[in-house]
Formats: sequence, structure tokens, C-alpha cells
Amino acid sequence: MADQAIATRNVPLAGRRGGSPAAILTPADPASRIALRAGAEAVSALSAALGVTLPVRPKTSASTGRRHALWLGPDEWLVIDEDNADLMAAAASSGVVHSAVDVSHRNTAVIVSGPGAEVAINSGCPQDLSLAIFPVGACSRTIFGKAEIVLFRTAEDTFRVECWRSFSPFVFGLLSEGAEDAAY
Amino acid sequence: MLLIYCPYCEEERSELEFRNGGDAHIARPTNMAEISDEEFEAYFFLRDNPKGVIFERWRHVHGCGRFFNAARDTISDRFLTTYKAGEPKPDLNEKPKTGAEVETYEALEGAAQ
Amino acid sequence: MSGVNRISGAGRLTPARSARFTFDGRTLTALEGDTVASALIANDIHLVGRSFKYHRPRGILSAGAEEPNALLDVARDAARRQPNVRATVQEVFDGMKVSSQNRWPSLAFDIGGFNDLLSPFFAAGFYYKTFMWPKAAWHKLYEPFIRRAAGLGVAPTEADPDHYSSRYVHCDVLVVGAGIAGLAAALAAAKAGAKVILCDEQPGVGGALHYDSGTVIDGKPGYDWAQATGKALAAMDNVTLLTRTTAFGYYNHNFVGLVERVTDHLASPEKSLPRERLWQVRAKKVILANGAIERHMVFANNDRPGIMLASAGRTYLNHFGVAVGKRVGVYTAHDSAYEAAFDLKKAGVTVAAIVDCREKPGEAVLAKARELGIEVLAGHSVVNTTGKLRIASINVARNGGGASRKIAVDALLVSAGWTPSVHLFSQSRGKVKFDASTERFLPGTYAQECLSVGACNGTDDLQATIDEALAAGELAARAAGAEGGAQVTLTGRNAFEWTGGMHGAAEGAGADTTVKAFIDFQHDVCAKDIRLAVREGMHSIEHIKRFTTNGMASDQGKLSNMHGLAIAAEALGKEIPAVGLTTFRQPYTPVTFGTIVSHSRGSLFDPARKTPMHAWEEAHGAEFEDVGNWKRAWFYPQAGEDMHEAVARECKTVRDVAGVFDASTLGKIEVVGPDAAKFLNLMYTNAWDNLKPGRCRYGIMLREDGFIYDDGVVGRMAEDRFHVTTTTGGAPRVLQHMEDYLQTEFPHLKVWLTSTTEQWAVIAVQGPKAREIIAPLVEGIDLSNGAFPHMSVAEGKICGVPTRLFRMSFTGELGFEVNVPADYGQAVWEAIWARAEPMGACAYGTETMHVLRAEKGYIIVGQDTDGTVTPHDAGLSWAVSKKKPDFVGIRGLTRPDLVKEGRKQLVGLLTKDPKVVLEEGAQIVADPNEPKPMTMLGHVTSSYWSSNCGRSIALALVAGGQARLGQTLYVPMADRTIAVEVSDMVFFDKEGGRLHG
Ligand SMILES: [Zn+2]
Repeated sequence: MADQAIATRNVPLAGRRGGSPAAILTPADPASRIALRAGAEAVSALSAALGVTLPVRPKTSASTGRRHALWLGPDEWLVIDEDNADLMAAAASSGVVHSAVDVSHRNTAVIVSGPGAEVAINSGCPQDLSLAIFPVGACSRTIFGKAEIVLFRTAEDTFRVECWRSFSPFVFGLLSEGAEDAAY
Repeated sequence: MLLIYCPYCEEERSELEFRNGGDAHIARPTNMAEISDEEFEAYFFLRDNPKGVIFERWRHVHGCGRFFNAARDTISDRFLTTYKAGEPKPDLNEKPKTGAEVETYEALEGAAQ
Repeated sequence: MSGVNRISGAGRLTPARSARFTFDGRTLTALEGDTVASALIANDIHLVGRSFKYHRPRGILSAGAEEPNALLDVARDAARRQPNVRATVQEVFDGMKVSSQNRWPSLAFDIGGFNDLLSPFFAAGFYYKTFMWPKAAWHKLYEPFIRRAAGLGVAPTEADPDHYSSRYVHCDVLVVGAGIAGLAAALAAAKAGAKVILCDEQPGVGGALHYDSGTVIDGKPGYDWAQATGKALAAMDNVTLLTRTTAFGYYNHNFVGLVERVTDHLASPEKSLPRERLWQVRAKKVILANGAIERHMVFANNDRPGIMLASAGRTYLNHFGVAVGKRVGVYTAHDSAYEAAFDLKKAGVTVAAIVDCREKPGEAVLAKARELGIEVLAGHSVVNTTGKLRIASINVARNGGGASRKIAVDALLVSAGWTPSVHLFSQSRGKVKFDASTERFLPGTYAQECLSVGACNGTDDLQATIDEALAAGELAARAAGAEGGAQVTLTGRNAFEWTGGMHGAAEGAGADTTVKAFIDFQHDVCAKDIRLAVREGMHSIEHIKRFTTNGMASDQGKLSNMHGLAIAAEALGKEIPAVGLTTFRQPYTPVTFGTIVSHSRGSLFDPARKTPMHAWEEAHGAEFEDVGNWKRAWFYPQAGEDMHEAVARECKTVRDVAGVFDASTLGKIEVVGPDAAKFLNLMYTNAWDNLKPGRCRYGIMLREDGFIYDDGVVGRMAEDRFHVTTTTGGAPRVLQHMEDYLQTEFPHLKVWLTSTTEQWAVIAVQGPKAREIIAPLVEGIDLSNGAFPHMSVAEGKICGVPTRLFRMSFTGELGFEVNVPADYGQAVWEAIWARAEPMGACAYGTETMHVLRAEKGYIIVGQDTDGTVTPHDAGLSWAVSKKKPDFVGIRGLTRPDLVKEGRKQLVGLLTKDPKVVLEEGAQIVADPNEPKPMTMLGHVTSSYWSSNCGRSIALALVAGGQARLGQTLYVPMADRTIAVEVSDMVFFDKEGGRLHG
């Protein structure tokens, strides 16, 4: 109804700041995201429709501006648009068989930045995050303590840690302890 | 903690990202509704639980999400190979070891050499 | 003055830097860098504890992690107090409070010492023999006695205020041990360009060089070379040098656990520092440079304070500058102990004599002893000792008999030789081999990517050790892919080559059954106990170990295993390797719970999942219950209400007016693709082809064996898109179950699954006024019965944001479930509440939801079913398609036992007395007078007070239940028997008209 005020958005981790000089933690701004699934035959059409080339190599990503496509599995991508563009509509315009599911509100993210970012994340993540093994642009779904995350290295000293919203206080809390320990 | 090579991620990852899925190469009968009680028993209940090489399923549940198969020595926990779901059972060029030949904690206990 | 036994000019500590601490209330002075042990000995204190079983006075035996005796209680403050700290490992800090354990009323006079007199009753195996009967005495008598008698310290009662950290780390080469071999290996690996972690349990690098006085490496005194090398390594970018760090566990696939003690040595650590840090290392290659552990001599009364390992005596002198006594004797079967005598003599300490049980000691050390004027009694043994709280003398006799000579000493250094430390190698599942020529177990067959170097590999010669370590370091680096340059060479020489060594009891330990010649100090196991075990029929070392408890204390027999094995072998008339070696287990030394738990405590123990409306619920007084990891609003008590009253009110209000409920935690899976319906046909018992977009259906999912696995409402959003809901607790496993079938059995289907549980906040609005409440907020959806009947779904807007609106009900009322993107959940909830509250509606929690659904006979999977219930048992046969050729569970359902008469079936139960509420889980019988054991017919699965029915209601699984409608059955309780009537499962609005309101 027209005279009703539009519901306000309450983002998880609102107002949270933390970390240490070694690893600063910042909740990411809301972004639009889709969980995209498709067979190999649909990749080029979907890439064209989304304006970003869907990566087909494990642990890699592709970005066009503030839109990122992260390889999660052989037929699975997490597409993130930091400008909140309508990714569902873009995927639908591809005209090929696929599954796009809006997960903009399912996920939230923490940006971990600083020389101790690797160590902070390794407080709960068993992957080798050294630059040689997990270079800038690398991404992976993995485990962080008792939470599942998607890890995306956006710069040598910066990671985007995506997780489901109800796990975000846990993820932020463990990252905070990891960041504190990374200072030593 | 095991280190498991995911054939989809093409990388070794920590066991923490995986979940074991029991024996591999047990095909669900396509005529499920018609099979006999004995066939159902064999399909659903009976497993070998070998001491030695087992072909088993794993899911990279906190990774690429894919199910895949592995040949693992249940005594040493060594992975002989991993391969994608749907691929045939590999012919292990290494002759499967029998229990007696494999070095184990158990073999050490009470009777070293 | 930092102790009367401190020798000015000796040792490597800085005299100006002192620290004060207390021991049993007495204030003592130590130097910075002292261990508790070195500080106590500096203050002439050897007596530090009472033994486990016999309460015999005990002193400090070693200078390292193998210490079995000197276990002390160390406190920083009341909460930071830790029992069983090894005095030989713990460094002194200013202000620490140290107390002895296992003594009462005092260390010098301990009443438990009577145990020593009663020792014939405490022979090996006494636990098994003495404390077996009567059973009732165990809790009241035996266990408290054992606990009090046992020297296990007292756990602190306060919560641990410290924090602990943990990190995963990867490296090319992990080197364990920073002695000569470890330093050389790390240096070679690092110079080759590998990423190296080098760890050592001691505060500084050097290993055996801590006690050494004569080794020269690279032209420098050994200890100085070690420090310089450690410094150089620490400065390299590709090296992490961790001191005070124990590699405690070697696990699968080169996963090694290290614990770093970060603050235990600091007087006032920064609060932000963790007390300990767990390093979870995954190494491509591991180099084990663990060294060797010196064995003590086994002879009568070899446990008096003042008796210690020769290398420990050297460590206290050469590193800490402390003389262990004024008149020191040496009893040995190995040349290494001679060097202790030489060092002491040079430092001005009287060496009473070197007693060597060998006829032929090494020539070089013998010559040196002569040169220094030290009396050597070769071919002699110590046959007894005296001294109540500290050794006062030794009795020495010529081997083979004859008169004994008494020699006064105030300390006795002993050495039976060195045991290669194969603990981590053994943990890695490597197989040891027995080297007959040197009588020791050495690394044999490797099971993992590791190499042993130096003393732990049985390499005795210094240059050979260096060369072996350098080669291993470079090899490991290359194998791990390092391609760097410089090759390292080093030369070293010892003061003396060593020979000798023995296992088991020396002459004078005797075969006597009363002589206490200890092999395991921590568990008070003597040589005679091993012999007794053999006499009693234990022939396997595993049995002997458990019968005597040899090696089963927290030191895991680092000193005692080889002695025990040798004595057993002798008693059995077998060779040592034929008797076998027990397996070494993780951890190498005890690890604190804090480190194991690490970050996983408090709010980080487990994720506490909260819904988008959680803050509102909390603000409105909700009590919460845990469902899986979720915190769910349980009920909303108003002022003065208890749970029962609150739930009764909520139940009434929902049916009379309406209620608002947070259903966000329900699992949600989006099933998308052209084959979506085909896939759901296989996953559920129901048929989905004929479900039209915009409609919903209740679905049941089975396992292949025919039992109910999950249930939920599925809405069809489009031809190729379904919105599937699961139970709250079932969400992850249902998705796993579906993925399993999709990927491995039906991979040809074009359909994909995505978890959307957290994408949507779900607000259930239930009750006669539900439509009136939400209607003004909704845009684009006609909510009328005709356009939007029960079991419909539509997309539109609510409060200006997108919604998937379901018309469905788990209460039996007119109901809607409003799905909105999660970040809007709280605002939409508040908007709905703003309309609902003035109408007299309530917010309700999970308890009311449970009661309302039970009033309607709706089951909860996992409560009314337990993994053995079929849809037919649950009265849900209507939901099982009879036309589909296949679905998961179709064959299981026709198994003989699943179609048998008399299976347990879900029914309703009405107590004859309507006020009595049954207990969930209570058993049901037909004849309450049947003698025990009674025939159980089933049990109560759900039971509530129903304010809407004005009576209690219950659901139960009852054998042949559906044929028993109207029968009277009984629920026997401890204090009474409750009569119940079997009814159908619907207790309220049997016609179901309210759903369609
Ligand atoms: Zn994978």
C-alpha cells in the first residue's frame, strides 16, 4: 500500500568494527548476489548476460568493475555486485538453461585487511593462504572454525570473507581473535 | 587430520572441508520397486568394511560441493587415488596391500619386529 | 644472592637479573632464566614432592620434559593456578607461587608415608585385586582413597581467565628440535630456499648443548654456535623459529600439532597475549631431531632426593651455574656421566667417586678421571642408599658380591645410557626396528614424509650427526620444491667419544621381592613389580604395562619403558625385540585443555544463530530455546506468568484472535531447473507433476529403507522453480541427502539446489484475524479465499519490499507465512505487529506452535518419529503416491517388517482424568498388573496441556495403534498408573473448517 512506509533494511554486523593494526575488520556494504548454477554449455551466454566472464578454473574469479564472479564448483559460481544491480534479471536475460537464486540477504561479508590478514583468517581456516598458493583473485568455499565461508582475496593484504548472515557474529568474533593474535 | 585431493578443485585440502559418504560404486537399481528382498539387502545393508583398500565416496561439502570417489587404505589412511563421480573404478597399478604387509600402530604394539 | 648453590662465574644466566618466588610459602630468589628446578636446587632444595603410591620423598630427577617426580602446583594468582607443572620445564617469573603436591600435612612429614610401610599391600596389580569388592565401597571408600593417595594435584576451581589462540600454518619443512641436528637441518633447508618452521620445547635453541661443555662446532663452543645459528635462522624471511614450543602430536598426512607457551614465563604478560598458542602445522616434509633421553640406573632405593640424571647435573651446573651438591657421587653404565664429574670437579665441587657397573669404562674418560684425581670404581655397583629426605650415602659393592663400602654423598648423578626419542616417529605410524649392537629401538620403516636425524636416529658421532642433518635438510627442501642455492657445510668435534649403556636392573637391584628399585618414578613401579607381573602370567608387554601401570603416568614412561621392557625380557627369558615395545601416543607431553579448546569457548564455542527478528523478540521478553544452533523464541511470558500460563494464553489467543510467529529457521531449498519436478518426484513420496505454479503441497521424504527422513511444505513458484521447506534441524542434512541423489544417482537431471534458509525471514501470521492483519500491508496479491486458498503461494510486495507469501498453516487456523529478504525481516515484523497487537493478537513461540500443531495431530519429524516410522505408521498413507514407478524409499516400504501387522503406529491418547498431562517418553502397557518385565506397547511422543481443548492431549506410538481406537491402555509411572483412551490424532476442529476461514 502506497501510504505505508517502505520497510527499512537492517544489515547484520551493522556498526561492528574491529580487528587489530595487523588485520582490520570491516563489515562489507550490502551487495546483490546470486548463486549461479549452469552446465558448461551455458557459460558463454551467461558470461555475456552478466557482463563478467564466468571463470572455469578452480579457485579463480573474474571481475568487471565492482561485479565479481567467483568459481565455487565446476557448475557453480557466486556472483556479487557491489552496486546492488539486479543480477537475477541479468542472468534471466541469458536465455540459456541455468539456475540463478537470489542470495543477497543470505550472505554477508567481512573485509579483512592488513599485513596480518592471512594469519587472522588462518585462526580458523585450514587452507594455505600464502600468496603463491592463494594469489590475488583466488577464491574458495572453505571452513572457518565452525562456519562455512567463501574466501576471496581482493588484494595482497585484503580478503573478502562471505558467510551466511546468522553465522556472521561468530565469523566476526573469531576473526577478531585471529586479528588480535596476528598482531604478535 | 587427512589431506584429501579433490579431483574437481585439483588441490589437496584439509579433511575439515570434506564429509565421508560411505562405499563407492554401489549403484541404485533402476528397477528399484521390483527388486527382491535379498537384492535390497545387498544394495542397502551389506558392506565389506575391508581392512586394506576401500573404494569410498567423499563430498567436498565445504568446498566445491562435489561428490567424488577415493581409494584409501583403511589401515594407513593413505589415499591411493581420488577420481570424479561417474568415472569407472580405477585399476590401481599398485597392488593392493594386504593387512599383514601394511605398517600399522597395531603391528607395532606388542611385537616390534 | 640467588641461592647457596649458585657458583659465581658458572652458567649462562645474568647474575644481576633476579626474580623472587615462593615455594610452600618460603620466599626464594632465582635468576631470570632459571627453571623452578634450577632455582630450587640453587637454594639447596631437592625434596619437592611425595610419590604417587608410597608417598616416598622425591626430588628433581631431570632437567627436561621427561621429569617424572618434580610435579608442582604453580600459581600466578587464584585463578591462574596449575597443578602438575614440571619444575624442570617451568621458568621462574617474579611473584610466582609454587607449592608441592601430594603431601599432608607437610612435605617433610607426610602421613601418607605409612603407605611405604604398608607397601606389601600395594604390589603391582593391587588396584585390580584390592578394590574389586564390595562394589558399594568403590564410591565411598576406594575411589576417594586412591584420589587422595595419588599425586595428581588439585584442579583450580575458578574459570580460566587466560585466553588461548590457534592458527593453521603450512610449510615446506618442519624441523622438530633445535639441538645440533635440528639447527643444522633447518639451516640447510632454509638456505635451499624452503619455508621452514623450527621448533624446540626449551626457551632457547641448543638442545643437548645446554649441558655440554666440550663440543666445538664451526670453531665456536657448541652452545655459542647454537645461539648464533638460531639468531641467523630467526632473521631469515623463510624461517619461523619457535622456542618454548613442543611438537606434541604427529597426525595423519604430516599434520603436526605444536603448542607454544607464550606467557607462562613472564611476570606481567600483556593481557592481549594468549597464554598458549596452538600451531596446526601441515608440512610437506618433517625432520625429526628430537634427540635422546638419558635413562636412570635401577638399584635399591634409587629414588631419594638428590639422585638425578647425570646430564641434568651438568645442565644445572653448565647452564644455570648451580651445583647439585657439595659432595657428589656418580653411578653410571655409560661414559657420558664421567663428563658430569669432570665439570663438577673443575667447578670446585667434591666428586666422591664414580661407580661404574661396567668392568671396562671408555678409555678416554677413564684417563681423564685419573688425570683429575677422581676415584673410579669400575665393576662396582651401588647396592643401596641412605638418607631420609635427601640422599646421605651410597653403599657400593664389587659386582658378584663381597663387602660393601659406604660413601657419603649429598647428591648422586646416574646414567644408564641414552634412549633415542622415537616418540614422534612412532606417532607418525613409523615402525621402529631394534638395533641389536647398540640395544635400542631406532626409526625403521617410515610411514609418512619424514626423516629422523641425530640422536633420535641413533647417530652418535657429532660429525656424522651434522652431515646427516645437513643432508636431510637439503633433501627435504628439494623434495618440497625449493630451488635455492647455497649448500651448507659444518665441522664439529666432541671432547670425548662415548661408549656403554644398559637396560634394566643393575647389580644390587636384586631379584629380591622387597627391594624398591624404581623404574617408573611417577607411578611408583619397581623392578620387582615387572617380575611379579611375569610370574602372574602376563607375557605381553601390553599386559605387563597395564598390570603394573609402568609407563602409564603423564610422562608416558620416557625413562621407564626400556628398563621395564628389559626386565620383562629377562624374566621371560626372551630377547628385548621379542617382547615388543608399547606404542607412543599423542601428546608427547601433557597439553592444557585451554590450548586444545583454543578459540572455541564462550560465544565462539558454537555459532549461536539468531534470526533477523531476534532483537525484537529479546526486547519483548521472549525466552529462547536451542534448536540445532538456532536460538528460537520459546514463549513470551508477560508479567507474573510462568511458562505454563504464558503458553496457555498464547494458544488461546492464536485460535481466538491471531498470533505472530518467527518461522525463519525453517530450512529452505530452492530447486530450479527444467527437471525440478522430476527430481522432487524421486525425493518425495508425493507426486509433483500435477502441482500448479502458485500452489503448495505437504511432502514427505523417506530414506531408502522406507522410514520418514523429513517433511515440509513445497511451493511451486514456476514450472522450473520450487520453494522447498524442511524442518529447522533437518536443513543441512536434507540438502546433503538431495545433493547425494542428484549428483550420484540422477546426474542426468537438469536441476540445481540452493540453500535459501537465510535468504528469507519468515513471519507466520496465524488465526482468524490473520488476513485482516496483513491485508493492508500487502501489494499485488489478492488474499481472498477464492483467489488465494489454503496451500497457495504468490509473489508480491509487503511493506514495499518483495515477498513470497504462502497461505499455509501449521496451527489449523487461517494462516500466512510471509517470506521477505532477511534484512527486511525485523521491519516487516514490526509493521505486522503494529497491526496485530491492537487487535488483541499475540506473538507466540515454539512451545505454543508445538501445542497448536498437536491439537491438530500434525507430526514433528524427530519428535513423533524416530527413524523407525513409516508414513503408514504415522497415518500419512495419503501422502504416498501409488502411481509413481520410483521414489527414494519405495522399495524399503515393502520390506516384510514394514508391512507387518502390529507395527507401532501414531495415535492420540486421552487421559481418563483430563487434568493429568502424560510425560513424553512414558511407556504404554495393556495390562498394568502384568508381572515385570511388562509388555511395552509403545511410548508417548508428544504431550501437552491444551487450553483450547480444556484438557491434556498426547500423541503416542502404539503397537497396532490404529486398531485400538477406543481401547483403554495404561501408562505406569513410578508413583501411579495412568489410564488413557486411544483416540485419533486430531483433537481440535476435526472437520478442519478453520483452515479455510
Ligand atoms: Zn572440490
